[in-house]
Amino acid sequence: MGDSDYSFSLTTFSPSGKLVQIEYALNAVAAGATSLGIRAKNGVVIATEKRMPSILMESHTLEKISFISETTGMVYSGMGPDSRVLLRKARKFAQSYYQTYKEPIPVVQLVRETAFVMQEFTQSGGVRPFGVSLLIAGCDEQGPHLYQVDPSGSFFAWKASAIGKNMVNAKTFLEKRYSDDMEIEDAIHTAILTLKEGFEGQITEHNIEIGQVTDNQKFKVLTPLEVKDYLGEVE
Amino acid sequence: MGDSILTYNGGCVLAMAGKNCVAIAADRRFGVQQTTIGTDTTRIFKINDRLMLGLTGLRTDVITLYHRFVQRLNLYRLREEREIKPASFSNMVASTLYSRRFAPYFVEPVVAGLTEKGEPYLCAQDLLGAPLFAQDFVVSGTCAESLYGTSETFWKPDLSPAELFEVTSQSLLAAVDRDCLSGWGAVVHIITLDGIETKFLKARMD
Repeated sequence: MGDSDYSFSLTTFSPSGKLVQIEYALNAVAAGATSLGIRAKNGVVIATEKRMPSILMESHTLEKISFISETTGMVYSGMGPDSRVLLRKARKFAQSYYQTYKEPIPVVQLVRETAFVMQEFTQSGGVRPFGVSLLIAGCDEQGPHLYQVDPSGSFFAWKASAIGKNMVNAKTFLEKRYSDDMEIEDAIHTAILTLKEGFEGQITEHNIEIGQVTDNQKFKVLTPLEVKDYLGEVE
Repeated sequence: MGDSILTYNGGCVLAMAGKNCVAIAADRRFGVQQTTIGTDTTRIFKINDRLMLGLTGLRTDVITLYHRFVQRLNLYRLREEREIKPASFSNMVASTLYSRRFAPYFVEPVVAGLTEKGEPYLCAQDLLGAPLFAQDFVVSGTCAESLYGTSETFWKPDLSPAELFEVTSQSLLAAVDRDCLSGWGAVVHIITLDGIETKFLKARMD
């Protein structure tokens, strides 16, 4: 991590006690496409806008929602390449946990380790903080979980949350719509409606991505056809 | 004498499954080849109220590994805020042993415990971490072959805790009495959902 010339950290305190690099990283996140997650009674949904810079781009090759393990997945807002580094580390950690204990990793342990990595990059030599916030969703023995991890390395468990460009409006919308006894189907509908709120242009099955994990099913990313069905139900 | 590092200190462990209970037993000898220098050794260690670990082999590695597992388990408990499952612990033991594949710990562990539902869990491993899962009994130590024989003879399914104690004690004593490197006292632990009961056996002190 960093050359010998850069053994000092680039993230340093300002006189007011802030770490400005982290503030700027959060700005990078806030400029990214909106992502949100909702924890239902029997599972978790995560969804995101897929903003393609040009119509010439193949939208199905951009995967914003990814598997970490069979029972956990994540979505990001911010810099895609940074999220891939974290995804790789998270996957590796999940596998090494399985190899040691032959048990699928509890979601909070995975989140803790990912958050630890993000914190390391705010205090190590010659590196910058990650320019992403992650929403990690998973189901383990304790039930369904939704966690948000920020560039600083802090993590929070949420019932429902949004990150990225439209997060303020989205969170307000979710506050009104969320209920503790939501089922996964309701959660998917609510997720789509929330995305629709701040959407520029027409929402279709090619410019959003939805992922879900339930108590008895593995994490999966919905196919465009499945997304189209849900969009139809919401209309 | 002196043919294998695993027989240098002597000792053995036996674990058996009953109906919603397990018993794990061991002798108490600590020797240096033919000389006995201790008769109160602990070979079986409590992991939690439902899980115990028996370790035979080179005494120094037994002690070191036990401390290593205590360290890892304490961290596990702090991080995960729960007790480890027998199967997960057993796998942890196996990966720890295999991590020293080319400079092994000279121990052969036995994991005995109850799952959350109260079902027995037994696992014996060799010094490299190769696991053997059994529904009836597992053995380890210098008189392992004899223990296989006596256990096979006495064990039957669905033993109650009291019956299991009898069967385990008799199997262990009969086997260690024919092994010069094991014996000098015996201890039996019976694990049920209500807790662990420990009994010391009156054995031949030779």
